[in-house]
Formats: sequence, structure tokens, C-alpha cells
Amino acid sequence: MPQSDYDIVIIGAGPAGLTAGIYAARARMKVLLLEKAAPGGQIIVSDWIENYPGFPDGISGFDLGEKMLNHAKNQGIEIDTSEVTSLDLSGDVKKIQLHDKTITCKSLIIATGASPRKLNVGEDKFMGKGVSFCATCDAPFFRDKIVVAVGGGDTAVQEAIFLTKFAKKVYLVHRRDELRATKILQERAFKNDKIEFVWDSVVSGMDGFFGVENVKIKNVKTNEEKAIAVNGCFIWIGITPNTPFLKDSVKLDKAGFIIADQHMATSVPGVFVAGDVRNTPLRQVSTAVGDGAIAAISAEHFIENLTSS
Amino acid sequence: MTKDINDDSFEQEVINSEKPVMVDFWAPWCGPCKAIGPIVQDLEKTYGDKIKFVKVNVDEEPVSPSKYSIQAIPTIIFFKDGTVADQVVGMVGKDKLEQSIKALV
Repeated sequence: MPQSDYDIVIIGAGPAGLTAGIYAARARMKVLLLEKAAPGGQIIVSDWIENYPGFPDGISGFDLGEKMLNHAKNQGIEIDTSEVTSLDLSGDVKKIQLHDKTITCKSLIIATGASPRKLNVGEDKFMGKGVSFCATCDAPFFRDKIVVAVGGGDTAVQEAIFLTKFAKKVYLVHRRDELRATKILQERAFKNDKIEFVWDSVVSGMDGFFGVENVKIKNVKTNEEKAIAVNGCFIWIGITPNTPFLKDSVKLDKAGFIIADQHMATSVPGVFVAGDVRNTPLRQVSTAVGDGAIAAISAEHFIENLTSS
Repeated sequence: MTKDINDDSFEQEVINSEKPVMVDFWAPWCGPCKAIGPIVQDLEKTYGDKIKFVKVNVDEEPVSPSKYSIQAIPTIIFFKDGTVADQVVGMVGKDKLEQSIKALV
């Protein structure tokens, strides 16, 4: 039986990591949950969550994240605000390198989630100066202004609707001629007369002196490009997995998501995965929670087998 | 709790401060702002003797956010001798803020 600081270390305190923490703590494992920023995960920027069961009137993403955090704390799990810089998964004891120390565990659960994908059309210099990934944070700065929202999925459509509470006009730019968002959100968006849809188009550039003053919109079918005057640009074109720190230590798919089996087991024995960072067909709070529970129980079984062998 | 300051006291508390100042611009409707709060408080415990920590509610105090062209929150601005020394926009981790602090003290 290998000696280690913890039985299970979980990286990432979003819904997947917090749920894994709850199950692992209740299994009487010695658990450490590592979070580099703030607990809650991507949902803390979400204005309203309407599809997580148990909240029939919906709940703000921040409130749901806080409830999950308090739930995990009530089960007695230890949480540390630290960023993992690298991992050594080669031995029976997994080594986790933080900025100031190394910690060890018998089983690791990776629940690092994903981050909003960038357009890469020069938006970096306008971060906080008109470019945003968070409508609940920044929409009120665009009261009675004109903004562009980019994307056609659930997040883009829901947040574009939220933007209309403040902005006088929202251009929703989407690269196809139909939305991917769930039907109930589409219906609401089509009924909203502050939203103007710009189909078959992408944002191909942006300009401005103090902040965003106009964006270039390119029609992908005709290649026609035009500039429109706006005060802001909100980007929701999907996500990119938070896996660069893993390097090649576990097997990833082409897009960088972690490949796992039905037990959430990765290519490395004793290393499990949960939530948005996994190669999974659906990324929701409800699916992340399910992943987290399975990963924790799988980790527990893995450790029990170490003990008995 | 990090001290709240307002538009009227901004000059006195920030611009005229002898110590460097970390100003957290936030609002109650912003989830990431609420989430970053405990991180700021943590840093205040460690670095409170070297740096002054204050926060500005952009909902109630429109003048100073507008003066520094803030269009996104959380935004954290570090002031040294009355001028902007560093600025961090959006939800970031403790490590990143600690780097900015260490560069100042």
C-alpha cells in the first residue's frame, strides 16, 4: 500500500469536482480539492440556469455554484486555492506540482472544465474595453448601446437575450443559417425585437481607439466583409478544454478533451475525469454532476483494490 | 472585509495614499466579482501591511469607474504613487494577483 498525503485529489471545483468531493468525502476518503481561481466553475458567469432539476423557477449560476460549494464544505472536504503546474503520474503515487509545493495522492480526479474559446481576430487588446465573455458581469456597461454577440449555441442565445435588458440593439452573428441552441431559447430570441440575426457570418476583425468602436463581419458564403459600428462584442463560440497543463500524461482526443470509459477512467490507472473536460456528448451542470459521482466512486474502488492487493 | 470606498473618498484613499493600493471594482450582480472577493480578502491578510486593499461598487459609484474606462468587472487596478501601475481584468486566480502584488512591493 503506497503512502501519500491524500487518498484522492480533485483538480477543479466546478459542479463535477464539487460533486466528486461530496461523494469521496462521504466514502471517508481523505480528499483535497484544488481550485486555481474561484469555486463554482463556468456557471458563476451564467445569469440563469433553467435546466438543472430541483430549481423549478431557475437559479443564478453563482447561487447554484455557491450552494454546491457549501454542500461540499458541509461534508468536510479540504479546499485549497492553488494552481497545478504539472503532474507526475508515472508511479503508484501520483505527484501534483503546485507553485510552492508537491503533494501526493493515490487517485486523481481531473475536473478542470473548459474555458470560452477566443475568436483570435485581435480581441485581446480590447479585453475589458468592449470585448467580454460574461454578460452578467458586463452587460450593464452597455446600457442603451449597440453590441454584437457571436455564436449560435445555448450560451450565445441565452446571453444575447440577457444583453437586450441593457443594450438597445444586439446583433447575433452566427456562422450558419440556423441556431444550434435549444428550441425554447430560439423561440425567445426570435420573438425579441432588439435582436437582429446576422446569418452565415463571422466576426473577422475589430477596431477602435479607446475601446471597440466597430467590428468587421464577413459573410462566409459570399466572402463579403462589412464594418458595423458597435460599442461591444460578446463572444460565445464554444469552449476549449483546460488540459494544456496535462501535456501528454493522459490520452486526449483531437480537440484536447480527456478520453475516458464509462467509469470515467482515463488512460492512466487511478486517474479519473469528470465534467466538461471529458470527451462527452453533452456539457451541462446535470451531466457534470453525474460524471463527478461516478469518478469519485471509481476512485474509491481503485483505492480499495490497492489496499487488498 | 475589504474596505468600501466611494467617488468622494477615491482621491484621498487611492491617489494620495502613501502605500500602493489595490482597487477591486465590483458590483453585486456580478458572480465572478463575488467569487473573487474571498481571494482578495485572503491576499489582504497576507499583504495588508504593505498594500492598501479597497473596493468600489460600480453600481453606486459611477465616477471613478468611468474615469478609468472600466467596461468589465471584476477589474482590479493597482495604484502606486497615484498612478495606475497594473490592471487585471476578469476572473483570475490567486497566483496571478499575487504576482502583481509582488511586483509592486
